[in-house]
Order: sequence, then C-alpha cells, then structure tokens
Amino acid sequence: METHIRDITVEDIRKWLKEVVDPEIPVISIEDLGVLRDIRKEGETFIITITPTYSGCPAMDMITLNIHKKMRECGVPHFKVETQIAPPWTTDWMSEEGKRKLKEFGIAPPMGNRGSEDLINRHPPCPFCNSTNTVLVSAFGSTACKALFKCKDCAEPFDYFKCH
Amino acid sequence: MNESNTIDYLMLLADSSLIMGQRLSEWTGHGPMLEQDIAITNISLDTIGQARYFYQLAAARLNEKSGNADVTEDTLAYLRDAHQYKNLLLVELPNGDWGQTILKIFFYAHRQKLMYEKLSGSADAEIAGIASKALKEVEYHVSWSSDWVKRLGDGTQESHDRMTKALEYLWPYTGEMFVPATYEKNFLENEFSFDVLKQGWLDKVSGILTEATLSLPPADTYMHTGGKTGVHTEYLGYILAEMQFLQRAYPGCEW
Ligand SMILES: [Zn+2]
Repeated sequence: METHIRDITVEDIRKWLKEVVDPEIPVISIEDLGVLRDIRKEGETFIITITPTYSGCPAMDMITLNIHKKMRECGVPHFKVETQIAPPWTTDWMSEEGKRKLKEFGIAPPMGNRGSEDLINRHPPCPFCNSTNTVLVSAFGSTACKALFKCKDCAEPFDYFKCH
Repeated sequence: MNESNTIDYLMLLADSSLIMGQRLSEWTGHGPMLEQDIAITNISLDTIGQARYFYQLAAARLNEKSGNADVTEDTLAYLRDAHQYKNLLLVELPNGDWGQTILKIFFYAHRQKLMYEKLSGSADAEIAGIASKALKEVEYHVSWSSDWVKRLGDGTQESHDRMTKALEYLWPYTGEMFVPATYEKNFLENEFSFDVLKQGWLDKVSGILTEATLSLPPADTYMHTGGKTGVHTEYLGYILAEMQFLQRAYPGCEW
C-alpha cells in the first residue's frame, strides 16, 4: 500500500491504533484501556502519547513496540511515541466498550469510580453468572491491575480489574 | 532552589524504592501461599517501577547539569557503592519471617502514602507527577499490609508473638523516616513539616497496631539513622553484591 504522508490524518492513526491491544488482555485496545492519551501532528511527525497503567507494568515496553510495528505496517513515515505519566492513569478513563469486552473475556470490569476510601472491599458481579455474592481472595492478581475474587454462587474464581 | 539538593533528594526516593523492591522480590516463589506470593511480587514490582521514574528523572537532571549524556537509570542503580546509596535503613533490613516483612511494608507504605500526598503538590512538576502516580499504587500496599497486620497480630498466639518480636526489631528503624537529611530539608523547604508527617503516620499506625492487639514501643526508643547520608547496616552491601554483580562483571550486558 502506497500512502503519502499528506494523505494520512490523525483519524487514520487513531483507527490503526485500535488494533494495538494490551498484550496481557488481548481483547482490549490501548484506547479502550485509556492508555492512549493523545495523537497530534507536529510538522510531518505524528506524536502518539501513551501513559503507563502501573509504574512497574511490564506491558508498557511491549505496547510501545507494538505501536511502532503497527505504524510501520501502515506506512507512517514519521512518528514518535511519547510516554507521559501526569496526570496519572485511572480506570475512570476506560471506555464502556472496553468494560464490556473485559467482561466477555471473563474479567470483571472496574466497579464505579475511584474516590472511595475503600478501593477493594466491593462486590463486583461475577463475569460468569452475574451474582454479586462474591468475595475478595487477594487484592493482587495475575497482573498489577487485577485483584482475585471468588464467586460464592457458581464457585468460580475470577479476576477483577481494580479501580485505580 | 539548589539543583544538587533536588538530585540528592531524588536519589533518596529512588534508592529507598529500589532497595525495598529488591528485598521484597526475595519472596517471589517463596510466599506462604500462591495468592500472597503474587501480592508481594506485585508490590515489589510497583516499588521498582517507582524507583525507575526517580532514577530516570535524576539521570536527566544530572546530564542537564553536566552537558553530557553518560548517566542513565542503570548506571545509577548498578554502578554506585553502598556509601553512595541514600536509602532508609528500614528497607535494607532482612525480610525475616512473613510477619516481619509485612510489618516493614506496613510502616513504609503508610509513610509513603502521606509523603506522596504532600509531594503530589510539589512545586517541582516532574516530582509531583511521579508522586501522584505512586500514591495510587501505595494505597493498595497500605490496605493490604494493614489487613495482614491485624490478621497476624490478632491471630494465634504464635503469630502474635512473632509480630511482637518483629515490632521490637523494626521499630528503632522507623524514626529515620521523619528525620530529614540536610539536602532533604533544603529541597522540601517549606513544602511540609516533618512533625506533622510523623504525627499523621503515628496516628494511623498506632490505631491499626492497637486493633491488632499489639502495643506501641516506648516513645523514647533509640532510633537508628544514617541511611540517608550513606551510612548503612552491613546488609546493604550484600544486596548490592547480588543486584549489581552482572553489570560489574559484564559492563553494559543486556538480555
Ligand atoms: Zn458466578
């Protein structure tokens, strides 16, 4: 595909980046996750700004790499990926679409917003049977962003994407 | 503002976070149960991530000052000796048993939370940015470690006794968190008062210890200091020997 730089718009970049997903939760795009913060054009260069979820999140390097890969595939000649840490990432930035996809994938999406003192003692509905008769097993799950819960009705353990 | 105070202060933040994370990572694969093994590893990952931000910022500021580009987060972490490290003594102490490790996280996380709350409003926008990010992570460390302190303190006779021992061992290392080094005082100037920070910490911590049926050690307990100015316990050398070995033996090695 031969694309000229003058033909590429910020909207094209946004569309292509929808295919860049969280490597640990491959159903959710970095835009749905709230990691993609901004796309702008400076001269001939597209500046793509992302923000890390957690400070130690090992997925960030992979995400940066995948953005580079995607931009090259799409023939974007000049681009730069910038990481910005302030304001800090929050699950409040996750899209409704993203939350729906998480649930389908078997991960309970973040419940409500931040702002409550008690971030973890909530009862996220079980992604398998929708019961709210659920109990926290551990505030830290298989990745930094998740907690481990158990459903007391269907007895399935499940990941809960923590409010952050 | 004197830039060298800022850099020294950044090193204090970075070194404390890194050594905390390095120590906690010793539990990886050895936790008392899978879920808690994962929890402590996640906490370790958070603090190492926070350390990286502080080192990266310190490196950028050092390079800006010198006009070179030879300082990186890696040279700061891997190529300095114990006397150049400014971390709190508390974080370099051995993990001991599960209870002792929990109590160390508990003391440290409660203090980090209060400090990051203050630093989030720092006049230095880059430090404020890292602090507000770290704060959200530390909130989970606070709630997790507080739950465990209650569970173990007010648990069986055995867990209660072990927590009492851990408290006696760790308490003399908590004072250093509230005694600012000269560069720290200079950097923070009038940003916040250490007395207020200490009182806020004491209120939180003593409330939870009481709930855990553990009694607070006497107020006149002798407190160790020195870490912030590079005077460490023997333990730091061993941590660095393990952590730095590869870069010392094979400079620049990557994998
Ligand atoms: Zn269920």
